Amino acid sequence: MVHAQRMFGGGLRKSTQVLIARITLTSLTLAILGLFLIPMVYGITTAMKTDIQISRPGAPWWPASTRTFTYEGKAYEVYLVPIDGTIRELALYRPGRQSSLFIDPENPDAGPIEWQGQWRQLERAWTLDIQWANFTRAWNTINFPNLLRNTLMYAGITTFGAVLSAALVAYGFARFRIPGKNILFMIMLSTVILPGAVTLIPTYFVFLRIGWVGTWLPLIVPAFFSWGTNVFLLRQFFLSIPRDLEEAAMIDGASPIRIFFSIILPMSRPALTAVALFHFFWAWNDFFGPLIYLAGNPDLYPITVGLTAFNNLYSQSTNLIQAASLISAVIPIVVFFFAQRIFLEGVVISNLEK
Amino acid sequence: MAPLPEFGGILRRGLAKPQRRKLSKLEKKEISWGLFFISPWMIGFLLFYLLPMIASFGFSLYDFNPAVPDQARFVGLANWERALFNDQEVWLSLGRTIHFAAISLPISLLFALFLAVLLNSEHVLGKSVYRTLFYMPTMIPLVATVLIWNGVLNDQTGWINVIIERLTGIRATGTQGLRWLADPNLVYYAYTMFGLWGVGNAMIIFLAGLQGVPTELYEAAQIDGANWFHRLFFITIPLITPVIFYQLVLGVIGSLQYFLAPFVLNGGTGFPEGMTRFFMIYFYKQSFTFFNMGYGATLAWLMLFIAMVITIVLFGTSRFWVFYAGEER
Repeated sequence: MVHAQRMFGGGLRKSTQVLIARITLTSLTLAILGLFLIPMVYGITTAMKTDIQISRPGAPWWPASTRTFTYEGKAYEVYLVPIDGTIRELALYRPGRQSSLFIDPENPDAGPIEWQGQWRQLERAWTLDIQWANFTRAWNTINFPNLLRNTLMYAGITTFGAVLSAALVAYGFARFRIPGKNILFMIMLSTVILPGAVTLIPTYFVFLRIGWVGTWLPLIVPAFFSWGTNVFLLRQFFLSIPRDLEEAAMIDGASPIRIFFSIILPMSRPALTAVALFHFFWAWNDFFGPLIYLAGNPDLYPITVGLTAFNNLYSQSTNLIQAASLISAVIPIVVFFFAQRIFLEGVVISNLEK
Repeated sequence: MAPLPEFGGILRRGLAKPQRRKLSKLEKKEISWGLFFISPWMIGFLLFYLLPMIASFGFSLYDFNPAVPDQARFVGLANWERALFNDQEVWLSLGRTIHFAAISLPISLLFALFLAVLLNSEHVLGKSVYRTLFYMPTMIPLVATVLIWNGVLNDQTGWINVIIERLTGIRATGTQGLRWLADPNLVYYAYTMFGLWGVGNAMIIFLAGLQGVPTELYEAAQIDGANWFHRLFFITIPLITPVIFYQLVLGVIGSLQYFLAPFVLNGGTGFPEGMTRFFMIYFYKQSFTFFNMGYGATLAWLMLFIAMVITIVLFGTSRFWVFYAGEER
């Protein structure tokens, strides 16, 4: 009995400790998350504001416009008026130097209320007013449908090329005896950290000479020749597939290319999806390549370069810039929420196991 | 888990196995199929890596403008002389790049590690939700990230200054306030903040590293009376040093090529006071604004040399602080 009580007491103390730890750590995490996402909230609310509200000191943080009240066919501005210790929202009817007349919007028939004091020192009353039109304006001004089409095309085509070529190469590295294979594989991995600038100028020059600068080709064609990270991720996956099926197919006389397409690829759907998603959003984000190869061809710009050009032209319209930035972020975020497991696992495989 | 000894291992194994005996027909067939499968990479490597790299060095010996390729002139090592000894801006921009990296890399790596440790704690409720939300901004295109932060850091209307002012009473807005993007002393911290939105990848990788630490170690330490800090500094962190090292190498190489944020915000003018004219910006200006492609190629090779030197130095230090389980040291 005594023993049991002691255990119970110890358990209680322990559980209190755990509870305190839980509350502290969870609220710490929440606080950091709050700070971390402030810019996001800023972006969303700013995108919904009027130009006037953004530049006006004392305006609320949420999208709003100043309130007016229509009395006897005329609009009067509503102020926050301190009367008898409470703050009332009243419409300024007759402004005066020392005292002014106000109308109560709740009860206009009661007639004007006199207030002693300088009305210029009063704060305006604001009312929630979301400028959805900012998004349409940004969408149209930036010509978003065109940017989106370009980006989708660029990301789509290069993803197809990158996944197909990386799968072929990864299969080669995973299954076949090739002299010097390990050295080749090591060279391939080291290209991942090679600064891109060192190959850029001759490549640019050749593309310029064959007339590809100003088209999508310099951005699309190289993607069909496989990149180190993608190959690495897929090779890891292929190595984990048992060889039995392939051997059986080989005895049946299937060629390696047939085995690759009808056995390996269908079995590797999760890994292929991960690589495809990575590449797709890499391309979605790509800035330097399109900047250089598409310079002066706004019709071909992807979202990233288009957004930069837009920012240079409309840098004063903070709300439009924020709206355009958010529009460009919607698709990646939505896809991420649906495919986050694939993403997060892929990040781990392609980085941790190297 | 260990990223780099793997390279060494591959190299040793690759070199130690010379194949002398005659290959059978079957083996020859296997080799040719293998070569077929890896041919996209081999062709791509030749066309987009090896040849351009060599050509890039060749270009660095010429005075060369692609608009008038006929007027290209062999200048020997003049470009190199200019870059190494006469062009101050090369070393200034490199110094700025290193200065910025020295601020932003430790902050972002520590922040990622801190988040990972926090989200690995058994006491934080709703971990997967936090993980998703901390990762989410990584998905936002970097241009959009930069523009959103550019707004929130605006010295007049940005929320960061407004919040600082409300909370502390210090006058943060206005011309005497915190001008994040216009004050040479603050601009690197502002740019570092943009980078924090990309913390997701490093956080996830650290988190996976933390989850790979065997729990027996913690249990044993707990029996020995080790508290939370002991466990963090004597078990957790040593065991994930390989991951930290890998992130550090990638981060340094990435910083050397830092380009997007200053280009989007000021078009590479270096505003404020040239502070953001980083090495990659200078390379871009020389190559694609002035079209001095010979000199641009020289700068690119210089960047490669510097990247190699830094990587070698980091590898050299790794033996003193990176812990590889299962090795003799």
